[in-house]
Amino acid sequence: MKPVKSRTHPRIRPRGRDDEYTMYGPGGPGPAPTLERREFLKLAGGGLVVFFAVGEGAEAQIAGARGPDGGYPEDPNAYLKVGADGRVTCFTGKIEMGQGIHTSLAMMLAEELDVPLASVDMVMGDTALCPYDQGTFGSRSTKYFGPPMRRAAAEARGILIRLASKRLGAAEDELATKDGAVYVAKSPAKKVTYAGLIGGKRIEVRLEKKPPIKPLAKHTVSGKPTPRRDGRDKVTGEAKFSGDIRLPGMRYAAILRPPAHGAKLKTVDTAAAEKYPGARVVRDGDLVAVLHEKPDLAREALALIQAEFDPSPSTLDNSTIFDHLRRTAPNAETVEQAGSLDEGAKLAAQIVERSYYAHYVAHAPSEPHTALVEIEGDKVNVWASTQSPFRAADEVARTLGVVPANVRLRTPFVGCGFGGKNQGGQIIEAARLAKLAGRPVQVAWTRPEEFFNDSFRPAAVYDVKAGLDAAGKIVLWDYHNYHAGSRSSQPVYDIPHKRVLAYGSGFGGGGGQGGVRPHPFATGAWRGPGSNTNIFATESHADILAEAAGLDPVAFRLKNLANDRMKRVVEAAAKQFGRAFAKAPTGRGYGVAITDYLNTCVAAMVEVEVDKARGEVRVLRVVCAQDTGEVINPDGARMQIEGCVTMGLGYALTEEIRFKNGRVLDQNFHTYQVPRFSWLPKIEVVLVDNPDLAPQGCGEPAVTVMGAVLANAIYDAIGVRLFMLPMTPARIVEAIGKKSG
Amino acid sequence: MDKTIRFKLNGKEVSVATSPERMLLWVLRTDLDHTGAKYGCGEGYCGACTVLVDGRPQLACQFPLAKAEGRSVLTIEGLAKGGRLHPLQQAFIDHGAMQCGYCTPGMILRAYALLRETPDPSEAEIADALEGNLCRCNNYGRIIAAVRAASQALKMKGVAREAR
Repeated sequence: MKPVKSRTHPRIRPRGRDDEYTMYGPGGPGPAPTLERREFLKLAGGGLVVFFAVGEGAEAQIAGARGPDGGYPEDPNAYLKVGADGRVTCFTGKIEMGQGIHTSLAMMLAEELDVPLASVDMVMGDTALCPYDQGTFGSRSTKYFGPPMRRAAAEARGILIRLASKRLGAAEDELATKDGAVYVAKSPAKKVTYAGLIGGKRIEVRLEKKPPIKPLAKHTVSGKPTPRRDGRDKVTGEAKFSGDIRLPGMRYAAILRPPAHGAKLKTVDTAAAEKYPGARVVRDGDLVAVLHEKPDLAREALALIQAEFDPSPSTLDNSTIFDHLRRTAPNAETVEQAGSLDEGAKLAAQIVERSYYAHYVAHAPSEPHTALVEIEGDKVNVWASTQSPFRAADEVARTLGVVPANVRLRTPFVGCGFGGKNQGGQIIEAARLAKLAGRPVQVAWTRPEEFFNDSFRPAAVYDVKAGLDAAGKIVLWDYHNYHAGSRSSQPVYDIPHKRVLAYGSGFGGGGGQGGVRPHPFATGAWRGPGSNTNIFATESHADILAEAAGLDPVAFRLKNLANDRMKRVVEAAAKQFGRAFAKAPTGRGYGVAITDYLNTCVAAMVEVEVDKARGEVRVLRVVCAQDTGEVINPDGARMQIEGCVTMGLGYALTEEIRFKNGRVLDQNFHTYQVPRFSWLPKIEVVLVDNPDLAPQGCGEPAVTVMGAVLANAIYDAIGVRLFMLPMTPARIVEAIGKKSG
Repeated sequence: MDKTIRFKLNGKEVSVATSPERMLLWVLRTDLDHTGAKYGCGEGYCGACTVLVDGRPQLACQFPLAKAEGRSVLTIEGLAKGGRLHPLQQAFIDHGAMQCGYCTPGMILRAYALLRETPDPSEAEIADALEGNLCRCNNYGRIIAAVRAASQALKMKGVAREAR
């Protein structure tokens, strides 16, 4: 521990008053003075501030992690504060989009500092108040942010005990902490509150050592089912989302969109729109928008604009995309390799080769992308629904030509993200329009714009070749995926001879060979990026192998697993499922699929009914067992898993973006079918106890097995396998027809 | 042509001078600063904008302001009384019936309308009534459990009231 040297980073430029953020929840409105951190600490009054560093692992660094002065993650990039009033505040660039870290991170803090949960405040996603964070995605917040925050809290508690030792005239080891106070263990009446200890003092420390944290056995907050702390605001309508922020003089934008991706604006006639009462048309190159005091009237005026566009150069559609994806595949990256494929082939008694396909899927967040931008001189204020506030703020700075430190981005509550809100196109549009208008401008994408501008989960192709020996062990695995990305492409099974190749990352429009773009629109991370469809391919294939081996699919998996954690999770799911599996197809509609997703082990078992005439699948029951390490909020973990299961039904059974010649044909929920009440299966979650392992990610793992588990259950029900996602009624009827024909 | 439209919003008389053809959702959110009703799809497919007009659920994105004239509109902001949550609101918290919370106002108001007509609904009746309300991040089962719990809590309150 040593005092923090004066420095200009991390960018901490908070508001003058300490209590403003508590009024609005994460990132609510407030004035925006720009201050250096030193000044902040002065203005914020007394307090104990512990700076700490959050590294997010090698994977994060590959994804482009960087610190404000290049030193990420050695530099402190997070901090917590025990205020003069004894309230504890955590400042983090993470955001709350429903995943519940607003509650679980606060629980970790309350536990380690021995304060009531009610006296912890979370300040999230505000680039002026919070240190740099690369974004909220990848099921990483609790896993990577939680442990260092916990150590920082332990450090703060240690300092408070040291201060109390002098005050109470007792040795440090005679003292204990509870409810925001330090007391003498043997005479609890002798105590001093944290507020009393801090008084007007300012204490800044930088966490360097790793102080011991509380043993799990002593936990009274963490590990206990706890209701969401943002629940009250969300049931009363008080929770503010980006579209709910109002500024004096603000205008709502309605933006002219091309009919298709790649269609360039040729001519535009805005005369009629300009005559619309209260409307103002602004233009910056291809960005043409109507601004109005009322969002609906802006849109009415927009409809009066006559525009002609060149046709899109894209001639692709859902029927031609897969051949195109194979043709445009970039060179392969070797994700994993072991043994020799020739040797594996020699050992194999039988070899099974299949190809699998997955269509584009939309994020379809409940809240479409929304942003409000206010420019005041060289200062910029942004409110935006984003998963990456810092990256977005930097983009705004580049767009407007101001220094990054002058852009303050606040993240109100975010209405779903799923990876789609790592892309902040609406923020840049709002920034450009605010500059043109000389007023604050809100851009809130309509649902059709949301579908059109989304960065879809990439369509992808998988070629899988696997060999079984006479004993039913997998001895050969040769896996090629085109455009899905590498995550979860490695087999979970113990296979001596294997090769896993990924052609393309699945992110961006892609380059492809010869400069041909593989995708006609943007693609990107979609809750469990790459994994959903890689696991569809690998776990469908495992089921085919199980049948070839003459085994039931659960016994086959256990036989081929070496990972004991994974085995334990499979067994926990089987116990809860309570019905014995048998060699498929049995006509009963049982399915299983498993994964080890970034060190979270998941096993799902389902029961389905298939209407063979209509091709409709009814999912009756889903059991999902998960070992996610230590669980901070069991309620929160269950909600994440149940949400994953529900969302997974959609990409498995109906969700597919239809497109043609650059047009996105699905524009709203009447054609793009997401799960609804009538689909609801009985969902049973088993949290497999593993408190010795640090908390792992929970927001994504369970969604990644849903395509495969339903494919396997459909096969068990009707003896027909689907090789393409989604498994729509039409595809099921067609597959039945092909088999019987 | 602008017109002054008067109606009751959460029990209070309001008047707004604007085009009566505008949809209620935008008038509530922009002109009357009630942002609890959310835009989700704009075409009546998702239920995020659900409000009650004279006790009946309406999709505010499809409900012209003119039709609100003289009627009583309830939005999520009007459900808690004097800081005390309605049993439905409390049940949504207790059952973890929301995650991101964006669809929650519409869900609660649709459920509120159901409970007025069917005070003791079965799980199937709840699912049926809420079929038009989409949630993208949560388990619908939690919403059903919350509505069931609220119906029981309201029944108990009713029993208590009769006993007095």
